[in-house]
This record gives sequence, structure tokens and C-alpha cells, in this order.
Amino acid sequence: MAVIFTATYTCNGGFKLSELMHKFKRLDMNIVVDPVSGSIHVVDDIVYDILDYYGSYNNDDIVNFLRNKYNEDDIKDAIKEIDELKENGAIFTEDIYKDITNVRGDSVIKAMCLNVAHDCNLRCKYCFASTGDFKGGRKLMDFETGKKAIDFLIKSSGKRRVVEVDFFGGEPLLNFDVVKQLVEYGKEQAKKNGKIIKYTITTNAVLLDDEKIKYFNETFTNVVLSLDGRKEVNDNMRVRIDGSGTYDVIAPKIKKFVESRGEKEYYVRGTFTAKNLDFAADALHIADLGVYEVSVEPVVEKDNKDYTLKEEHLEKIFSEYDRLAEEYIKRYEEGNPFSFYHFKINLDNGPCIRKRLQGCGAGFEYIAVTPDGEIYPCHQFVGIDEFKMGDLEHGIVEKEMQQNFIESDIYKREECTKCWARFLCSGGCYANNYNINGDINKPYDLACEMQKRRFENAIAIKAYKLLKGDDNDKKI
Amino acid sequence: MKHIVTINKATLKDSLKKPGCGECQASCQSACKTSCTVANQECQY
Repeated sequence: MAVIFTATYTCNGGFKLSELMHKFKRLDMNIVVDPVSGSIHVVDDIVYDILDYYGSYNNDDIVNFLRNKYNEDDIKDAIKEIDELKENGAIFTEDIYKDITNVRGDSVIKAMCLNVAHDCNLRCKYCFASTGDFKGGRKLMDFETGKKAIDFLIKSSGKRRVVEVDFFGGEPLLNFDVVKQLVEYGKEQAKKNGKIIKYTITTNAVLLDDEKIKYFNETFTNVVLSLDGRKEVNDNMRVRIDGSGTYDVIAPKIKKFVESRGEKEYYVRGTFTAKNLDFAADALHIADLGVYEVSVEPVVEKDNKDYTLKEEHLEKIFSEYDRLAEEYIKRYEEGNPFSFYHFKINLDNGPCIRKRLQGCGAGFEYIAVTPDGEIYPCHQFVGIDEFKMGDLEHGIVEKEMQQNFIESDIYKREECTKCWARFLCSGGCYANNYNINGDINKPYDLACEMQKRRFENAIAIKAYKLLKGDDNDKKI
Repeated sequence: MKHIVTINKATLKDSLKKPGCGECQASCQSACKTSCTVANQECQY
């Protein structure tokens, strides 16, 4: 005789209970995330299995489902514990943030990407900046334009005290003298205006030398150095104008830089493509060079190139992230740790919910300035005519475009509204969305899937370390 | 609890008490430069 179970479908604002939480297995743990409250639980197999039915079936049905697998009293006991979590607002929490009015009318520009060089000494095959010139001709920013940019930043930053200038390109070291002049000018202006300017730079490291290393260590808050990983991987993509690889030149310089950097912030950052889907080996290779702060990012390419990431690559990419997390823990246990940028997660002192409704401030808190003094919402929009917001002479004149960025938050996107990771990624990257889907509010689903896998691993690593008694958030 | 270990409490809900001061990082600008990850940032309030 067939057993008929009574379904008690529970509706919470249009969601099934199972849609209000996320569970996954990783690093030999069962992990349950309550996205809205921010609660995270490590549970045993009984609870993990019960959660497949909880809220959709009554307790007797759940016991019937699982009695062949677990002891009946244990099942009832586990259900009571889930009940308790629910009563305490630590699981199945309904979204209570939708009605927060996210007033950003008082936002100020607090960070500027200064494209001091629309030129590059490399011709990396995947370059989003069209090998350095952003499709606008190869040119360097002059000192006068840079000064105006810093003046604009200070003027536009309102009462905010700390602002950031990131020297970018192209390759900013092609214009190193202007970088140094601008840092000096920025120091003077910051002092006059009661500001602190933090300087960062993103470089391919080809022109890095002892003088520059010393200068960056003394003056720059953060330095981002590009290296894709293993020599054959790096040299396949990161090539000079004559097509030759760069690994042999940059790897020793990066090692030297890292050895001299002390406790100051830096990242050695690579890009992975369909050509190196085994990218965990590249992240580990960078770590093996003595680099602690490792970041390896997926390439963003909409055209059908031989290196373009596609949906069919996802399973392999997931397994690589998982493998990297396992190796992360192995090295942590062996006393030889490294950090992976996308496995960092700040659970107990992360940004407040207001920040999490809209992660990126492109266009209203962050702008990019070109060598000609044009203003764009961020470095990835540079050179796209419809995203030119204004210039240093006239300021931001495309107010309607700016408003589109200001008003964009996770609730503007159907895909985000139901996503368990919405308060962790906070809506993702406008530029990626535009580049792939032609709409800043249309999420790039491949990036979403990769991001979610990274978050799962970040949470699992954090859970592992917390269960070991290591609760130092900043070391993750 | 015998079956559940809570490793992080309702920190997000608690953050509603914060004013949203805006002192935190604006974008991906000083880290990876290609994707904004908010969850790894630190609250500056």
C-alpha cells in the first residue's frame, strides 16, 4: 500500500522555507547558511537531511522519510533543534531589508582610478583595455590633468576624510615620473584640505626595480602585481609586443617585492581562462613563490575566443575552487598558509546591511579618469562612449546615468532577489553585467555561479578554522 | 545543541542598528579590479 504523506507547504512572502536557506557539504562539513540573518551553522547528517523536508511536511512524515536511516528519537530531537533556531531567527529568516530606503543622495566620491597611462608595454591577449589604449589611442596623462583629477576628488569627497587614488592603466609605470609628482601634489592638497589620500597601484611588474619597490613600500597603501601563475600559463597570455613571455622577468621582481613588503597590503593577481581550467595549480604556484596574498580571477570575455569561459566549464571550475580550499586547509594545518582573495570572508564584522544592498559604488562613490580628463563610472567602462559621465572641466554632467547607478541595488534584479549569496556579493559587477548582457542590472550568470562557489568555500574555510578555535577574521 | 553548532550568529540583522556611514570601500578598486566582493570587507564604523 502506498504511503500518503501530508504536504504542509509553507509560504513566506512567496518563498518556500527551503528557499530561505542554503545548505552545502564542503571540507567534510554540512553547512547551513541563513542569508538574511547572517547566521551560519554546521550540522550533522540528520539535520542536513531533515532540511530537505522541514516546512513542507509535518514532523511525522519527516520521521517516516528518515526512520530507515536514523534513530527515531534522534530525528525528533534534531527537528526540535531546528524549531529552536527558527524561533530565534537563525534559520528561514524572511527578507526584512526590502523596505530599507537606501538613500544615496548624500554619497560622495571617495575613490578614483587614475588612468595615468593608456599605453602598455605588454599585449596580454585577454586585456579588457584593448591592450592598454582603451580603444582611444596610446597616450599618457600629463601632470596638469592629474592635478585637476586630484582637485576634483578632494572637492567631490565632501566630509569624508580618507579617499583613495589608484594609479592604473595600461601600465602606470610607463608614466612613473607623473605618478611621483601626483603623489607629492596629493600630499600637499590633502594636508591643506584635511584629507588623507591612500595610494594604490596596479602594475604588470615589468618595470619594477629596487627604487620603485622602496618607493611603493614607503608611500603606497596597496600594490597589485599581475602574474597568472605557472610560466607556461603566464607566457601564453601575458606577452610583450614581440610575443615573448614575461614570466622570467616578472617572477623574480614580484618575489623581491613581496619579500620587502612586510605587513603592508599587496596582492599578486592572476587571471584564469578556458586555457588553464586547472587554475588551482596557478594559485598554488604563486603561493609557492613565497607570495601570501594570492588572487586568481576568472577572465571576462563575451566573444567566442578560445580562452572564453563558458557554462560547460563550470563543473571543472567548481572542482578547482574546492581543490584550492582543500589545499588551503592542508597548508594552514602544516603551518605554511597562504591567503586567497576570494576565500576571505568577514563574518562578524563585515559591512552593515545598508552597504550590502548595493556593493559597488561605481559612478557615484568611485570614478575613473582618463589621460584626457574624461570621467567614467569605473575603470572597466573607460572607452565606452555611452558611459562617459563628464570631464574634469565640467564635472559629472550625465546626471541621469549617474542616477541609474545610484538607484541600482539587489532588489532591482530578479535574479538577486532569490539568491542565497545576495548579501555577500551585493549585486556583483556592473561592468561585467554590461559587458556580457548589455545591462548593468542584468547579472552575468556565469560569474554568479563562480562567485557562489567561492563563497561556499570561504564559509567552509571560516567554519573549519572557527571550529578549531581560530577566530581571527583578518588572517583569513 | 547536540546536532547543530552555530558558528556565526545573526550579525547581519544586528547591523541594522548601524547608520550606514559609508566609510567602507567604494568598489573593487584597490583589490582585484574585476569583481566587487563585499563580504570580505571590514565595517569601518
